[in-house]
Amino acid sequence: MIWEAIGQPFADFGFMRRALLGCIAVSVGATPVGVFLMLRRMSLTGDAMACAILPGAAVGYLVAGLSLGAMTVGGLIAGMAVALLAGFVSRVTALREDASLAAFYLISLAVGVLIVSVRGSNVDLMHVLFGTVLALDDDTLVLLCSIASLSALTLAVLFRPLVLECADPQFLRSVSGLSAATHFTFLALVVLNLVGGFHALGTLMAVGIMILPAAAARFWAASIGALISVAIAVAVLSSVSGLLLSYHFSLPSGPAIILMAGAAYGMSLVLGPVGGLAVRASA
Amino acid sequence: MNRALSFHDLTLGYDRTPAVHRLDGEIAAGSLTAVVGPNGAGKSTLLKGVTGTLRPLGGRISYGPFTRRDVAYLPQQSDIDRSFPLTVADLVAMGLWRETGAFGRLRGAHRMRIAEAISAVGLTGFEARPIGSLSGGQMQRVLFARLLLQDAQLVLLDEPFSAIDARTMADLIGVVHRWHGEGRTVLAVSHDLDTVRAHFPQTLMLARELVAHGPTAQVLTAENRFRARQMCEACADPLHTCGRRAA
Repeated sequence: MIWEAIGQPFADFGFMRRALLGCIAVSVGATPVGVFLMLRRMSLTGDAMACAILPGAAVGYLVAGLSLGAMTVGGLIAGMAVALLAGFVSRVTALREDASLAAFYLISLAVGVLIVSVRGSNVDLMHVLFGTVLALDDDTLVLLCSIASLSALTLAVLFRPLVLECADPQFLRSVSGLSAATHFTFLALVVLNLVGGFHALGTLMAVGIMILPAAAARFWAASIGALISVAIAVAVLSSVSGLLLSYHFSLPSGPAIILMAGAAYGMSLVLGPVGGLAVRASA
Repeated sequence: MNRALSFHDLTLGYDRTPAVHRLDGEIAAGSLTAVVGPNGAGKSTLLKGVTGTLRPLGGRISYGPFTRRDVAYLPQQSDIDRSFPLTVADLVAMGLWRETGAFGRLRGAHRMRIAEAISAVGLTGFEARPIGSLSGGQMQRVLFARLLLQDAQLVLLDEPFSAIDARTMADLIGVVHRWHGEGRTVLAVSHDLDTVRAHFPQTLMLARELVAHGPTAQVLTAENRFRARQMCEACADPLHTCGRRAA
């Protein structure tokens, strides 16, 4: 009974196994980045960047159709352009980074939706916005796993400057010239993971697997290492349960996965031992 | 006299508005100098100029025998994110950045020095505490421990003793004297003239322009303080073109 509900779908169907592998790759790559986004109080930046990559993916689609390479490169270029422009504007003008980022991503989103709706069909738009986790081909899986590996390695190398850039940027600037490089490498990681995530979950849902597990982990762990571990575990569990939910009840899988991550967040919010509601109430 | 720092016709400011105007002077190597002056006199701005984060609008600073890398700086309001999950030992360890760099490993000798620095500021036993749980005075002790590990030849402190309790202040002044005894140059902004009189042999009084610089007793005269206040009030007037000629 339990096997039939949980194991059988993955044992019987290749597309379920592929979806699972894709989701695990996205969890390992994107979730640690999400933890740092949360710690830097940049959780909403993930959203902004997800919207920012849309026109790039759309132009890629326009040029080459539903091509993995073109949409990936297009998304990367658009995302990095918005991140760099926003960073540049905030460094040379009085406008703060959040405001300039908001300005650029909104422009970018409008351009993206315009391109997709003028040149593509509604089906295409849905595909870009919500992903196709149940139809991942080999190339896409290789791409997702490569992005996850690259992202994990980069984070490991960048760990110390990144922690310092989050916790005490003034000090980092006083001892090292790595501050700006760290910031932009980190933004590049955000973009890279969102581009990977949008193949699986779509531009809008990709942010969910980045941010929700990180937010849930905050209620279970107090150190950075533990936060990242818990967040990855939450992301993987949400992926498995979300895929099963979508399999058994014929629901779209991207939103099902994100909803499960949302449920994990809700549970953590109430039950989590680190500042959760139950602990606060009994204290 | 060995010079640690020289200011040559130095003008510092923000958006072309000078906060320090046409300053000339020298800070002797190994000296312990207080920077005093009314609010808005440019004291913090001067330190930011020395750290190199603020580029001079005019003139220049020269750095005696060492470079900007030998400078350690404690800002008045550090923008440390106290909610970030770091422990006391983590934060103090960052003082070793120049030795470990971004990627180097912390070795046993490093760990011993971290423990020594934490003990020197009286926080032994707090190593594993998250920085978010510390009081203001304890946090200031942690920042001093990090400064100790930075092993800098020139230490810049911006209001290091404001808003902390008397015992913490006494302990941290002990650390400042230790630096002085080791021949390091210390430049500290302070508004507390009693502390300055008791602990700082040299004083530089600033009111955007230099008011006086020398042995503390000769600088902190009633006449100089009155003059500094007058100069600052005059400069606070937006129509006043502070100084002898426009920057």
